[in-house]
Amino acid sequence: MSTGSNFGFADTEQTNAADRTLTYIAAISEALREEMRRDPAVLLMGEDIAGEFGGAFKVTKGFEAEFGARRVLNMPIAELGFVGAATGMALMGLRPVVEMQFADFISSAFDSIVQFAATTHYRWGGAVPWVIRAPSDGGIRSGPFHSQNPEAWFVHTPGLKVVAPGTPADAKGLLIAAIRDNNPVIYFESKPLYRALKGYVPPGDYVVPLGKAHVARAGADLSIITYGAMLQQALAAAEQLADEGIAAEVLDLRTLKPLDMDAVLATARKTGKVLVVHAANRLAGLGGEIAARIAEEAFEWLDAPVRRLGGLDTPIPFSPPLEDAYRPNAAKILAAARELARF
Amino acid sequence: MMLTRAQQLELFYWMSLTRIFDENMVALWKEGRGLGGAFSQRGHEAINVGAGYALAADDVVAPMHRDLGTYLLRGMSARRIFGNLWGRANGVSGGRDANLHGMGDLNLNIIGFISHLPHSLPVALGVAMNFTYRGEARAVLAFTGDGSSSAGLFHETLNLAAVCQAPLVILVENNQYAYSTPLSQQMKLPEIAARAAGYGIPGVRVDGNDVEAVYAVVAEALARARRGDGPTLIEAVTMRMLGHAIHDGFEYVPRELLAEWEQRDPVRLYREKLLAAGAVDSVELDEIVHRCEVEIADAIEFAENSPLPDPATIEVGVYAP
Repeated sequence: MSTGSNFGFADTEQTNAADRTLTYIAAISEALREEMRRDPAVLLMGEDIAGEFGGAFKVTKGFEAEFGARRVLNMPIAELGFVGAATGMALMGLRPVVEMQFADFISSAFDSIVQFAATTHYRWGGAVPWVIRAPSDGGIRSGPFHSQNPEAWFVHTPGLKVVAPGTPADAKGLLIAAIRDNNPVIYFESKPLYRALKGYVPPGDYVVPLGKAHVARAGADLSIITYGAMLQQALAAAEQLADEGIAAEVLDLRTLKPLDMDAVLATARKTGKVLVVHAANRLAGLGGEIAARIAEEAFEWLDAPVRRLGGLDTPIPFSPPLEDAYRPNAAKILAAARELARF
Repeated sequence: MMLTRAQQLELFYWMSLTRIFDENMVALWKEGRGLGGAFSQRGHEAINVGAGYALAADDVVAPMHRDLGTYLLRGMSARRIFGNLWGRANGVSGGRDANLHGMGDLNLNIIGFISHLPHSLPVALGVAMNFTYRGEARAVLAFTGDGSSSAGLFHETLNLAAVCQAPLVILVENNQYAYSTPLSQQMKLPEIAARAAGYGIPGVRVDGNDVEAVYAVVAEALARARRGDGPTLIEAVTMRMLGHAIHDGFEYVPRELLAEWEQRDPVRLYREKLLAAGAVDSVELDEIVHRCEVEIADAIEFAENSPLPDPATIEVGVYAP
C-alpha cells in the first residue's frame, strides 16, 4: 500500500480540523485507524469487534467497513487460544492488536502471555510485536469482574512492556508507540476515562515514547506519582492543595514497564515527600516497588516516609458505598497529601 | 505416495542420526556428564522423521521435546543442539533455555516450544493464520502429545483452526503415557483422532512406528492445508520406550508392554523393510549408520569444548530491539 493513499477517507477530517479535542476513547480509535492505514501488517483480533457492532465499547466501530474482515477478526470466547494465535502471527512479522473485552478477562490468557510471548525473544530470539488492549479500572459500578487493574502481574513478568495512559493525547501516542514496538505490550486503557475525559490530541503521526514519564504538574512541596485514571484525581487534589499553599508535583508514569526510574527519583529528590497512588490494590502493587526504589536510591533526600494509596485487599465490590470505600479518589489523595505536607 | 530409493535412504539416514544422537545423549547423561534433564527420543523416530520429511522448505513447524529428528531435518545442526543441551553460548538458545527447549529458529522455520506443551498449538495456528492473511500457500505442522490433548487449549485451538480454515496440521504423538499417567486415566475415548469430528475437520490415525506411513499421512494433510482446505488432526500411535526424562526409571510401565513394543522398534523395522525389498544391502545401510556415528561424535566433541555463556550477557535479549 502506498503512503500516498488515503484509502478513500478524507485526511482533512484529521489534519485541518481546528478543534482537536477528542475523548479518550476516540483517541484510542484514532490511533488504531491511523496505524492500520499506515501499516498493512497491523490487524485487530478480539471478541465482538467486527461488523457494525464494533466491540463492547465501540472502539472499532466501522473498522470492518474500512479495512475488511481480513484485518478485523472476530474471535470466539477463547482468550488463551487467540492470544496464542496473536503470538504466532507476531512471530511472523504481523502486528496484531488484541482487544481483551475487559482487562478482567486477561487472566484467561495468562499462560499464553507470561509463559510464551514474554519469554520467546530471550529464549530463542523470536520477536513478538503484539499489543493487548485491556479496558481496565472501575469506579463505574461494574462489580468484581469488570473493574480490575491487573497491571502488577505483568510488570512482574520479564519480557513484557506495560503502559497505562491517563490522557487522550497519551492514549493515542502510547498506543501508536506500543503497536510499533517489537515486544509484547499490555496497554491498560482506563474505562472511567473513555467518554468522561476530553483533551487535545495531536493530529497525524503522534508517538509518545514508551518508558518516559511526564510531569503533569510541577511543584516543590511534595510529589504525587500516579498513572491511568488516578492522574485526573491527583491533578484535582493538587489544584485544591495549591489553594492551601501546598505546591504538589504530579508525575504521570504513563509507562509502567520499563519504569522511568530517573523521573521517579528526580521528583523524589526535588520535593523530598512522595505519595504514590494507583487504583489497583495496594498490596504488592506497583507503589510498593516505587517506594522501595526511592528508599534505596533517594533516602537521603526524603523528609517523610513514602506514602501509598491504592485499592483495598478485597475483590472490587459493586455497590457504590463499597466501591467508593475500595478506591482512591481526589478527596483521599487530598487528605493523604495534607498529612504528608505537615510531616 | 511412492518414495524413491534415494528418499528411502534419506529417511533411514535421518532416523539413524536421531537414534544415534539419542543413544549418545542418554549414555552421557547416565555417566553424569550431562547438564540438567534430557528427554529420550527412543520410539519416536518414525514420527519426528516421517512428519518432518513431509514439510516443504517454507512450511513452518512447531516441534516438541520428542521431535529431535524434525529439528535435524530442518537443518538445525547436531552441534548446535548438543550445545543447547550443555548450556553453551553457541547452543541454539545461547544457554537461555534447557535441553531441547528454546530451540526455535525462524531462519529454519522452527517455532520453539515451552514446557506447557499445548501452548505451541495456538501459536502454530497464528502462524497459519498469518499465511492466510498474506495469501501464501504455506502450511504449519504442530506437534503435541496425548497428555496435551487433555488441556483446554487443545480444544480452543482445534475449534478456532476449524473456524478459520487455517492451513494447520496438528499431530498428536500418542505414546501411551503422560509422564506416569496411562491413557486410560487421561481419556474415555480410545482414539484421539476421533475428536476431530467434534470440530468438523478430518482426523487420521496412523502407525507411529512406520516412517513411510507417517510421511504419507502428514504429506497429504500438509498438501490439503496448502490448498486452502483447512486443518487436519493426526494421531500417530507409538510407545515412549524410556522414562519421561533421564531421571525417570518408569517402573510404572509394565515391562511386558515395553517388550511388545520393542518388537516394533521403528528404526529396526525400517531397516528390515528396506533390506527385505532388496533395493539396498546391509553394507550400504551400515555405511549410513557409520556416517551418523561420526557426525554425532563430532557434535559432542564440538559442544563439550564450546564456551559457556558470559554472565555479563544475562540481560541481553529480554527485549527485542
